Amino acid sequence: MSILIDENTRVVVQGITGSEGSFHTEQMIAYGTKVVAGVTPGKGGIKVFDNVPVFNTVEEAVKKEGANASIIFVPAPFAADAIMEAVDAGVDLVVAITEGIPIQDMIKVKAFMKGRKTRLIGPNCPGVISPGKAKMGIMPGYIHKPGTIGIVSRSGTLTYEAVNQISQLGMGQSTAVGIGGDPIIGSPFIEILRLFNEDPDTEAVVLIGEIGGSAEEEAAEYIKREFKKPVISFIAGQTAPPGRRMGHAGAIIAGGKGTAAEKMKALSEAGVHVVKSPAEIGKTVKEALGK
Amino acid sequence: MKVHEYQAKEILRKFGVKVPRGRATDSPEEARKIAEELGGRVVVKAQIHAGGRGKAGGVKLANTPDEVYEIAKKMLGMKLVTHQTGPEGKIVRKILVEEASDIAREMYIGIVVDRAKESPVVMASPEGGVEIEEVAATHPELIFKEYVHPAVGLAPFQAKKLAYKLGLEGGAVKEAIKFLLALWKAFEATDASLAEINPLILTGQGEVLALDAKMNFDDNALYRHPDIKELRDIHEETPLEVEASKYNLNYIQLEGNVGCMVNGAGLAMATMDIIKYYGGEPANFLDVGGGANEEQIKNAFRILMSDPNVKAVYINIFGGILRCDRLARGVVNAAKEMKVKVPIVVRMKGTNFEEGKEIILNSGLDIKVADTMAEGAQLAVKLAGGKA
Repeated sequence: MSILIDENTRVVVQGITGSEGSFHTEQMIAYGTKVVAGVTPGKGGIKVFDNVPVFNTVEEAVKKEGANASIIFVPAPFAADAIMEAVDAGVDLVVAITEGIPIQDMIKVKAFMKGRKTRLIGPNCPGVISPGKAKMGIMPGYIHKPGTIGIVSRSGTLTYEAVNQISQLGMGQSTAVGIGGDPIIGSPFIEILRLFNEDPDTEAVVLIGEIGGSAEEEAAEYIKREFKKPVISFIAGQTAPPGRRMGHAGAIIAGGKGTAAEKMKALSEAGVHVVKSPAEIGKTVKEALGK
Repeated sequence: MKVHEYQAKEILRKFGVKVPRGRATDSPEEARKIAEELGGRVVVKAQIHAGGRGKAGGVKLANTPDEVYEIAKKMLGMKLVTHQTGPEGKIVRKILVEEASDIAREMYIGIVVDRAKESPVVMASPEGGVEIEEVAATHPELIFKEYVHPAVGLAPFQAKKLAYKLGLEGGAVKEAIKFLLALWKAFEATDASLAEINPLILTGQGEVLALDAKMNFDDNALYRHPDIKELRDIHEETPLEVEASKYNLNYIQLEGNVGCMVNGAGLAMATMDIIKYYGGEPANFLDVGGGANEEQIKNAFRILMSDPNVKAVYINIFGGILRCDRLARGVVNAAKEMKVKVPIVVRMKGTNFEEGKEIILNSGLDIKVADTMAEGAQLAVKLAGGKA
């Protein structure tokens, strides 16, 4: 099994005719993802990639093609609105790839989503992949292998690194989720961990965090309380200077809070296998599973 | 993005937040003129992007315009070293001349975004004039918070609660409510990420005003605030960081000697970490991003090489959208063009990494290729003269 997406997920791509959107839609289709529709306002009625219909609104894509998940490649100034449109159309899952959405826009999005069923992944994330089944994102599909390791991460390329190490050691992934590098995101670690906890085919989880905020500490508390499977973790930014934004808007040590050391301590105390070197993620997963 | 105190005060004034009368200048003559206009006692404040100016001699009281002239002459161009500037200090290029206030009480107000609560929070404390982190550590019960609902904004009742928590009475309560509501409006309308008034003062005349002001802005929202974007002071940034920002490169200069070039922020941080893990010190954080082209790679390389501390370079790329062959071509061209003298270690994985490897091995350049992240890091640290 897997979490969030599988071979039955029916995907609509918001921003399908843009350069990013069209490039990655082609890749997703090639991976086997069921892309059933695209949305670009003003271009409704055309078809792209042989037979993917384009609509003016997400609502039409849901009604006419039964889309139940949306991936967003809309530019930052319009991305918050695009997320809310997808939520309003009632899809189960929204994956927002867009980087650079203003934080006040995300505060409004989160308030808008309260009480609605849609789950948001991202923004500023590589997306979600359930190897061999479906890919909703921009990650290179071929480095993944179907398997039993769940991955949840705030990073993009560092996630690929972890995935690659795991695949090279003969293991595979149930689902890899990039939750995003922004200060306010749709689904923090805890929510993805909950799904992995319930997924019978996930044996262990790799959690990749980074400096800034307190999501890793909250995850540690949750893991201690209820998580039943081994967790392996790496926290990026052990050498990051305080007060500087390290690429990701969310990666900043502010007022002495959000350091890698605090996060590693909290996770270790929760029984997580914390590695200091990012090169040891795969190896440690193998050891934790006694393989 | 950070701005100077005088810029923050100008913004706040537009939104009806009370600040002392005054103006900024870069000339002692103009400073004298401002003092004459204001009349009476004035304060001269050094404008740098760092706190702790008072203790370092960056804030002076003056009784006459002539005194202001003398102070300004000394202060402009001086190097100010505070606990926030680092030992290298910062050059004072502008001073703010404003009327001296009759301080009856010092308090604190700050607005930030609480990440965990996903909401802005207004914090107030009757303990002002000291760093809020210090109050939080020693007297957490003296920090009061009101979370702001995005659909409502800061409600008057919330401002009222905070005004009373500040220990104010009578007319000062009304003043403080007005102040808080105006400050919230300024925060929201400018997409600020921080608005901190420390100290907020109550004057002997019962006025509530911002004696100091600090504002930071959300970089992601600057596209809708061209006026604020213009307030950027590149003198406050290191020259290489300014150069990098021209090419949309995320570069932060550090103290070590292993230059790093990586795609993706998380992997870039992890690369710094693994260099340290093997006994080296990273010279920088550099994220060339997911869609970097040859030109950007070349610029990134040039910026790395401009740091005289760099004794070896570690290029660590996980190709996704960024194809390794493209990266390799960029690196080879840049290295040839610049006649690079320091050793280079490249580690590539992901899309087209084999072609990338070929390009480097056939380039005739002495570039080492590593297979794993650990191997590359160890080699780079060794070549830079570190332990490993």
